[in-house]
Amino acid sequence: MPREGVIPERRLRQSIDWALVGTYLLLVFIGWVSIYASIHSTNPPSIFSWTARSGKQFVWMLTAFGLAGLILYVIPPKLWEAFPIPLYAIVLGLLVLVIFVSKDVKGSHSWFELGPVKFQPAELSKITTSLLLAFFLSRQGIKLTRLKDFVLAALIIAVPMLVIVGESETGSALVYAGFIFVLYREGLSGWWLGLIGLVIVLFISTLVLGSYWAIVLLLGVLVLCNAFFGDFWRRLALGGGFVVLMALLPSAWEWVCNAVQAHMDWISAVTWVPEPGETQHYYWSFLLKIKPVYILLALSFMALPFLGVYVYRKRDAFLGITLLVFLAGVLLVFSADYIFQDVLQPHQRGRIEVLLGLKEDLSGVGYNVNQSKIAIGSGGLFGKGFLQGTQTTFGFVPEQSTDFIFCTVGEEWGFVGCLIVILLYVFLIVRIILDAESCRGKFTRIYGYCVAACIFMHLFINVGMTVGLMPVIGIPLPFLSYGGSSLWAFTVLLFIFLALYRDEKKYF
Amino acid sequence: MSSDGRHIRLFIGLGIAALLLLGKIFSIQILQNRYKEDAERNSTIYETIYPTRGVIYDRNGRILVGNKVAYDILVSPREVQAFDTVALATVLGVEPSFIRARLQEYNRRRASIGFQSVTMLRTVPAETYMRFDEVKYRFPGFKGQVRGIRDYPVNAGGNLLGYVSEVNQAYIDSHPGEYRSGDYAGMTGIEAAREVDLRGEKGYHIYLRNSRNQIEQPYKDGAEDKEAIPGHDIVTTIDAELQQYGQELMRNKVGSIVAIEPSTGEILALVSSPGIDVEQLADIGKHYNEIVSNPYKPMYNRAVQASYPPGSVFKLVNGLIGLQEGVLQPSYTYPCSQGYHFGSGHKLGCHAHKSPINMEESIMMSCNAYYCYVLKNILDNKKYANVAEALDAWHEYVESFGFGRKLGSDFPAELAGSIPTSKTYNKAYGRGRWNSTTVISLSIGQGEILATPMHLANLCATIANRGHYYIPHIVKASEGVEIDSRFTERQYTKVDTVHFTKLIRGMWRAVNSGAGMGGTAWVAHIDSLDVCGKTGTAQNPRGADNSVFICFAPMDNPKIAIAAYVENGGFGATYAAPIASLMVEKYLKGTVKRQSLEEQMKSRDLMSRVKTD
Repeated sequence: MPREGVIPERRLRQSIDWALVGTYLLLVFIGWVSIYASIHSTNPPSIFSWTARSGKQFVWMLTAFGLAGLILYVIPPKLWEAFPIPLYAIVLGLLVLVIFVSKDVKGSHSWFELGPVKFQPAELSKITTSLLLAFFLSRQGIKLTRLKDFVLAALIIAVPMLVIVGESETGSALVYAGFIFVLYREGLSGWWLGLIGLVIVLFISTLVLGSYWAIVLLLGVLVLCNAFFGDFWRRLALGGGFVVLMALLPSAWEWVCNAVQAHMDWISAVTWVPEPGETQHYYWSFLLKIKPVYILLALSFMALPFLGVYVYRKRDAFLGITLLVFLAGVLLVFSADYIFQDVLQPHQRGRIEVLLGLKEDLSGVGYNVNQSKIAIGSGGLFGKGFLQGTQTTFGFVPEQSTDFIFCTVGEEWGFVGCLIVILLYVFLIVRIILDAESCRGKFTRIYGYCVAACIFMHLFINVGMTVGLMPVIGIPLPFLSYGGSSLWAFTVLLFIFLALYRDEKKYF
Repeated sequence: MSSDGRHIRLFIGLGIAALLLLGKIFSIQILQNRYKEDAERNSTIYETIYPTRGVIYDRNGRILVGNKVAYDILVSPREVQAFDTVALATVLGVEPSFIRARLQEYNRRRASIGFQSVTMLRTVPAETYMRFDEVKYRFPGFKGQVRGIRDYPVNAGGNLLGYVSEVNQAYIDSHPGEYRSGDYAGMTGIEAAREVDLRGEKGYHIYLRNSRNQIEQPYKDGAEDKEAIPGHDIVTTIDAELQQYGQELMRNKVGSIVAIEPSTGEILALVSSPGIDVEQLADIGKHYNEIVSNPYKPMYNRAVQASYPPGSVFKLVNGLIGLQEGVLQPSYTYPCSQGYHFGSGHKLGCHAHKSPINMEESIMMSCNAYYCYVLKNILDNKKYANVAEALDAWHEYVESFGFGRKLGSDFPAELAGSIPTSKTYNKAYGRGRWNSTTVISLSIGQGEILATPMHLANLCATIANRGHYYIPHIVKASEGVEIDSRFTERQYTKVDTVHFTKLIRGMWRAVNSGAGMGGTAWVAHIDSLDVCGKTGTAQNPRGADNSVFICFAPMDNPKIAIAAYVENGGFGATYAAPIASLMVEKYLKGTVKRQSLEEQMKSRDLMSRVKTD
């Protein structure tokens, strides 16, 4: 006779979320078929052949399924909740160790090699960071609105992230930015998300549009935010009017300069009568040296003291923060160029330049993306059909079966194939979040959000990269990309959640 | 803690991100077409199939220019692996250092070569190629290529035929859409003039290729392929044997021979000496610099591109004009005392002959004084208001013979020569400040007259036809090749047929009067052939006089009209007349009986007389 509150074994099996498992299996299968299709050969071997990547992937798949079974049926789920700190510490140790013992693979030091097996501790780190973050945030009395707790949570995320940057795996590190969504769910102010978004927008707009328009954009955003937190119409009219004026300034200024230049002789003659013996000179030409950005900054900084006094008198904290943000934003805009030129490595700079259309370099840095876009773009609505892709089978796209696996889907299955794959991912993420939300225990919920965030970041960065929405960042597409290390890591990441979730449901 | 609906906001964010991705995918897959085009360009490769170039025949069906295969050794530097340099050098018959040097050079140029192949050895012998073909598996990266090149079975008409070479960028630009880098085209002579007929149409095979430019399989199993269409053969009017014979006679002399069939205007031979050997044509790239730097300019086709004063040959034209204008009758006699005296003590000299003489004799003996009287009568004709008007009337006559303008042959780069008008002298002396004696040297084909050897041959053909000519041309109509209708239309001169017969007697007597009778061209006499000819000795400011001769034969129903021009050859009878006569004998009799004359002509070397600076 079963104990009170514990569902019998038959029900236990049912409380595994089979929809998630099914989606997982479907994605793995699509990946396997795509890896097979991207083998460069007109006479491909069997899909199970060990000589080809598809055969190897088949073995990785079987072992991954074994791991999944182990996690679901053998390892007690409580274990994950019990030891997150040592797990985190061990993996962090591995992350540091790998820098010193690994071989240089395209500039990065992130792979352990044990005979034929290679694996990246960075993959494991996503799991342990998720576990520790869930562990920390689920403790009693932790509030993210409190600075100390926020800093600790941020450290849990930032430490492995920085070590991975140290391994020159900037792409993998970027994934950790996704944990911000977890923090947001757990109470972090939405303004932080907005602020991060603003920083990204400012950085990009500075590079693409130049500092003037970046500052105008910053002003516009801040005015709009302020308008929502005060006397809406008055603030919108005042601030908006200034922004509109500033937006018109460059063309107006250009007109003035052209006019001055065109009538230089005439203006000089009217405004200045030369003394005998003096030659005429164009002292109006100083106008041409003034750039609109100087005018914009001069006007803005002249307004700052007045606004400062206003903030002090009215105790308008929001406006005060806005002013600080504005100052910080201007600083960012003027340092963006410096960051871009001197902090980023040349290949990263190149990738961003290509992405933003600042540079066309189809044979160098832009080659991968262009070939990837050609492969996907040539797929059309229904694609060229299984094994019919010319770009994928003839090896035009580099890293075809790993980072650029989505090209095979795009070329051979077309828009319909892309839609199905992306919808599968969206379903997976939504389903994880819904499952997480239905949990009573905070640990499972937060861990679920971590899993969803990781998968989302990988999906968006990877697919975004193949279609030219994101710079080239070498991270795999979860479950689809070739490689045991990545497949195992994502399987473990996902199935720990499934195990935790089933454990949750046991007590209903 | 409940989520405050934050998970809903995150769902919205997720939805926006997914829409962003799908929107971009939709844009590149459905909305834009360029990626599909790029994919085609990426993965298909067009292999051009070159058509065989048309064969060029002579008038008797002998091949002047054919095709043969050349064997090249190519190398794809990227595919080269470690190999036995000495073994390869032995097979190819070169020094190992040669191969090493070339590979080093390709290594330096590797960025521009990429995965392409470059030609390491051009036109290797067939047996070398076969030997290489057997062992090439030992030398990955090296491969052979068979290429069609021009073949010249007879050494006839190098300049005439022209050469074929790879097109350069300027050529590609001037023929938009027709050529691509690596194509060959005729650059001079018939190869250039008939390029459109000869070249045929390129075909192509489409293959799928991979990212390393290796061919994978035929595209759509070859359904879209197009086969090459061979070029049309060209039949020329040239008589290969006569052409070759003319070249031999002109060896070591500067000048040209033009032979025309009067009844059709077909050019039988067009010799320019020194010329380009056909062996050099076959591999023009190798010999080009050598040819261009030759001081005697062998590239220069003197037969149509050199303008000379015609000399005494031109007396025929003045005689005909005089007859037509009625200011000359065959019976008119004029005195000659070592020349024509005019003004105060001026004299246009002449050689010793009997005096006075009539018109026939004037041609036979080539009297200068006689034609001074003739020209004076033409220009001082009361019919015309003044000498300027008379000269322009004379000019119109002369032009009707084809002088002073391009004849309009199908030969590229033909010169017009020049015949003066009243404007020429008004400019030089001033209006009304010149008269018939000022221009008196026109009477004997000197002064401001310039004509090409082709003009002279055409004059000869016109006289042979008694008053009309066909525009000289070098390509006959044949299957698939049309020639312009202008070549089959008679071109009439402004002189009536009756006047020609009177003149021809004189030309006959110049050749057939026998030695000692005063005929200037008795050396051109051929037994049982009524050769009619006229010598010319044209002044050359750069050394010895030019030797000129025109003749046609037989007198009735002429088969060949010929002009020979030998620079610095002296009297017309010394070189031009015997050479032209030998050509006539060769053409009409098939064999030449006058062996010693032939030997003499072939062996003479006048090159040292010709100034080249």
